[in-house]
Amino acid sequence: MLGYALRRIAGIFPVLLILLTVSFFVIRLAPGGPFAAARALSGRTRAQLRQRYGLDRPLAVQYAAYLRALAHGDLGRSYSLRDEPVAGLIGAGLPVSAELGAAALALGALGGIALGMAAVLRRGGVIDRALSPLAAVTLALPSFVTGPLLALIVGVWLRWLPVAGWQPDTPRDLVLPAITLALPLIASIARLTRASLLEVLNASYIRTARARGLGRARVLWRHALRPALVPVVSYLGPAATYLVTGSLVVESVFELPGTGRYLVMGAIDRDYTLVMGMVLVYGTLTLLANLGADLLHAWLDPRVRHESP
Amino acid sequence: MNPREPRTRARLAALVLGALVVLALLGPAASPYSYRALDWRHLAVPPGFIAHHWLGTDALGRDLYVRTLSGLRLSLLIGVLATGVSVLIGVAWGAGAGWAGGRVDAGMMRVVDVLYALPYLFIVLILAALFGRGNIAVLLVAIGAVGWLTLARVVRAQTLSLKRQPFMEAARAAGLSDLQMLRRHVLPNLAGTVVVYATLMVPQMIVYESFLSFLGLGVEPPRASLGSLINAGARQMLSAPWLLLVPAVVLIVLLLAFNVLGDALRDVLDPHQR
Repeated sequence: MLGYALRRIAGIFPVLLILLTVSFFVIRLAPGGPFAAARALSGRTRAQLRQRYGLDRPLAVQYAAYLRALAHGDLGRSYSLRDEPVAGLIGAGLPVSAELGAAALALGALGGIALGMAAVLRRGGVIDRALSPLAAVTLALPSFVTGPLLALIVGVWLRWLPVAGWQPDTPRDLVLPAITLALPLIASIARLTRASLLEVLNASYIRTARARGLGRARVLWRHALRPALVPVVSYLGPAATYLVTGSLVVESVFELPGTGRYLVMGAIDRDYTLVMGMVLVYGTLTLLANLGADLLHAWLDPRVRHESP
Repeated sequence: MNPREPRTRARLAALVLGALVVLALLGPAASPYSYRALDWRHLAVPPGFIAHHWLGTDALGRDLYVRTLSGLRLSLLIGVLATGVSVLIGVAWGAGAGWAGGRVDAGMMRVVDVLYALPYLFIVLILAALFGRGNIAVLLVAIGAVGWLTLARVVRAQTLSLKRQPFMEAARAAGLSDLQMLRRHVLPNLAGTVVVYATLMVPQMIVYESFLSFLGLGVEPPRASLGSLINAGARQMLSAPWLLLVPAVVLIVLLLAFNVLGDALRDVLDPHQR
């Protein structure tokens, strides 16, 4: 298990290096450059600014300098946001994004598993029959539609929750964004849990447990749930990728002060260091999330470990 | 008329889609207003019969009925064209890999695997922000270029299994060249699968386009897309909720119709996939 984990962790670095290299050159291919949009600058000031950030040097030199600084943990300084260090900007926004992602993951996993179990407990009941069409509808709708609609219904008409905005340490502001982000997760996980539970319930050891006189609910809880959760766990990889990109969407819908806004803002302003910082952080997060899901899967299912990664 | 029957579902969804297409094409002409006309005497009017603003107006007095339908037209157009781009790349890549087999196949599918691991939305966002603000052609390529991966996998698997069929051996024995066999026997047999996946891809493409427009990276004002209308509506939901509700409902109906149609077609055309 340890060997497998180490091999997988080592595998992250080349992927990250490729991602960084491609991004570094692609964003410099785009028309325009930093400070090009600022009309008020004189030619001399602009030249000085370019020199200050090393943009006048050859690309290869800039690339080497970026990697060298990165190796020392320095992400550089933002061109557009008052020379702030990129690491500080992203570090300030990340807790908000992380809280949102964690809340949505918890909601999605617990809500989805509970709904899936409820559907199986009452076969042909209301939940069982409504689950599949409701999940299909939920999965078809993007967060930037469900978010504002939820805000309109729950926030404006019912006045239960704040519509948008963020004050530190007020979990109420997180409820609607987290639900919006979690909805597709709840739908997928509920569907997966239901299908996989139904399959497990056909196994012979379940029949044995029932024959020994255990009740339906008890068999479901004690014997069927754990093996049934293996597909759910392997879904956590794609789910984590969804959470990383989905939080970008939900943050912009609810105007949360997370890190999401820096990506679009940075790319429009040609703020190279800021975009690179975002690529690095979100790329690492995606890779780590997938890795975590794979390791969990390998721990649950030993066969995975012995395949080549 | 049993709604569980896939053919019935497909017909119903196709009917709704047809109605939406007709509305998008002909609907704006029924109103006296254009999508960019400002009506200063009727600012933020709620839906009703005031001065022929059937679905109301926005804060600048622009007619919401016309703007929503022209946004719908744009979303449909971009969705279908981007799907076309994806289908072309996906079928060529998948059929090529499956037909070539061996090391070429392994190499081509490895590329797909690597691209699969990247978060699309992230890439589309960066590309659109860097190159394509307001440029619909770039938008199309950026959205279309990321959608082909699943299709390439499916088409490759189908091509591999087709290659092993006896009628392929017969065609080969009859002296057909590779290109002729691909055109006459492989591609027609892939058509069903491709139609199903393309139908399911259109709503995804529409979502990408709408989201980019929602962020202000897609179409530029005064043009409207369903995404930019929803964004504008969300900002005024306290004073004018119809500005959010109308485009949101149209987008929801559009997405659901495409998804229901795709699922139903899958049930009809290739029942093995389920």
